Amino acid sequence: MARTIRCRVISRGRAKGEALVSNASISFFGGVDPSTGTVIDKKHPLFNRSIAGKILVFTTGKGSTVGSYILYQLAKNGKAPIGIICKEAEPIVAVGAIMGSIPMVDQPDTFDFKDGQIVAIDGYNGLILVED
Amino acid sequence: MELTAGEEGTLNGDYGPVKQKAIAILVALGEIFKADRLIEISSVQVAGVSYKTIGDAGLEWIKSMSSEQVTVPATLNPAGMDLHLWKQMGIQQEFADKQLEIIDAYTNMGVKAICSCTPYLAGHSPKLGEHIAWSESSAVCYANSVLGARTNREGGPSALAAAIIGKTPNYGYHLDENRQPTLKVNVEASVYEESDFGAIGAAIGRVVNNGVPYFSGVKNPGADNLKALAAALAASGGVAMYHMEGVTPEAGSVNLEGVEARTFTQEDLSASYEQLSTFQSGEVDVVTIGCPHASMSEMRKVATLIKGKKVAKNTKLWVFTSLATKLMAERFGYLGDILRAGGEVYTDCCMVVAPVEQFGFKRMAINSAKGAIYEPSASKVEVLFGTTGRCVDIAVKGHA
Repeated sequence: MARTIRCRVISRGRAKGEALVSNASISFFGGVDPSTGTVIDKKHPLFNRSIAGKILVFTTGKGSTVGSYILYQLAKNGKAPIGIICKEAEPIVAVGAIMGSIPMVDQPDTFDFKDGQIVAIDGYNGLILVED
Repeated sequence: MELTAGEEGTLNGDYGPVKQKAIAILVALGEIFKADRLIEISSVQVAGVSYKTIGDAGLEWIKSMSSEQVTVPATLNPAGMDLHLWKQMGIQQEFADKQLEIIDAYTNMGVKAICSCTPYLAGHSPKLGEHIAWSESSAVCYANSVLGARTNREGGPSALAAAIIGKTPNYGYHLDENRQPTLKVNVEASVYEESDFGAIGAAIGRVVNNGVPYFSGVKNPGADNLKALAAALAASGGVAMYHMEGVTPEAGSVNLEGVEARTFTQEDLSASYEQLSTFQSGEVDVVTIGCPHASMSEMRKVATLIKGKKVAKNTKLWVFTSLATKLMAERFGYLGDILRAGGEVYTDCCMVVAPVEQFGFKRMAINSAKGAIYEPSASKVEVLFGTTGRCVDIAVKGHA
């Protein structure tokens, strides 16, 4: 069964794929390897996992503003998430998503996502579709 | 956020992909911070210049944007090296090539390569009430506080986007209500030197975080002191603006009712000096002055202190300033005084964004609280924070 969740558009575009979910914030600078898309922050719950090609779901961004450039570099290297869902967007990830043309939404009506679910983002109309 | 028909068209790509991307960044930030609209700006300061900081990703991003021109006056932050004297600094060829590529990409868009964190001392100085989009935290704090212009703390990409579109989202420090004090600080300590004001900024920044401090009790501070205070507040907290009674242009019209108050005592000043240093005695590899970039009066101060003396054999004295100030300092004779004493004067860059780890420095003396905050992590060095006089003295003796 598919659920529809309303959300706010941060970076326009559409994406559909497997969700990689974390209830933690992410610093892309120093937290993700820009050449592989692997999470390298040892303290992060997603440590050693790859965000490449996933719908990355997390709470919010943090850390150095250089993180925006890291997201851009991930996109250039083909190792970026194909879409981003944040509980609450902040400037570093929002700007990085736009730089890298990665569809991104935030403030979903419910923040109820599980690893491996197929999730679609409609980053024009502000909708998320979840296949439970 | 309400967009005009023209802005909507830009967002839909009617004016090409670069402008589309630029306005998308501004609109996203506007949505996040609940701006009602985009407003016109008159000036931009662009950070994200040093190759050390932004790397290949940053270079590629700027290149991807450089088919468009900026539409308002825009200047660059410091790069990772002196654009002329980089070999003398000890910068490697590979780094220099990348750095010059970044500068070229920006200048192709019409951004002026002033490469200074003090554009306001180099001819790029907005006035009271002007809406601007500046990055570089020390310049943001100086522009809001001392010049009375209005800017948020922009990141490199959002500043560049604003320069291309000529607008910025209307939120934060563009609005009167966010320029009100959140903490009153009565300065009881005797403060004279730039480093004294840096020490105040470092301590109060930690307390006020990203609020707006209101200082009283300070008599006749010079512009260099206000610059040092701005830089330290911004580096220690996330301060984008302060007021100073009888000094800054908006201090007389703020509402102080119910604002929490504290004092800054002589003991607080000593404690802040101590806290900013990671060592107090022994050999020193390099003494750095000019964070933010040295003004003309700071060049004169260093020249007066060092004239007729010699920098110690195993120590370097590095002074960082803008190209404009260096040229004037040469005409006034200050540059000659510093160079004859064995000091080095570099433009376009600073210790915080230069690849200092390549130079092999282990211990640094510095008169900047901002520098003392960043250098241990940015450059992996031990720091001694002191007055300009103490720093120059260390340069001559070679040790503290």
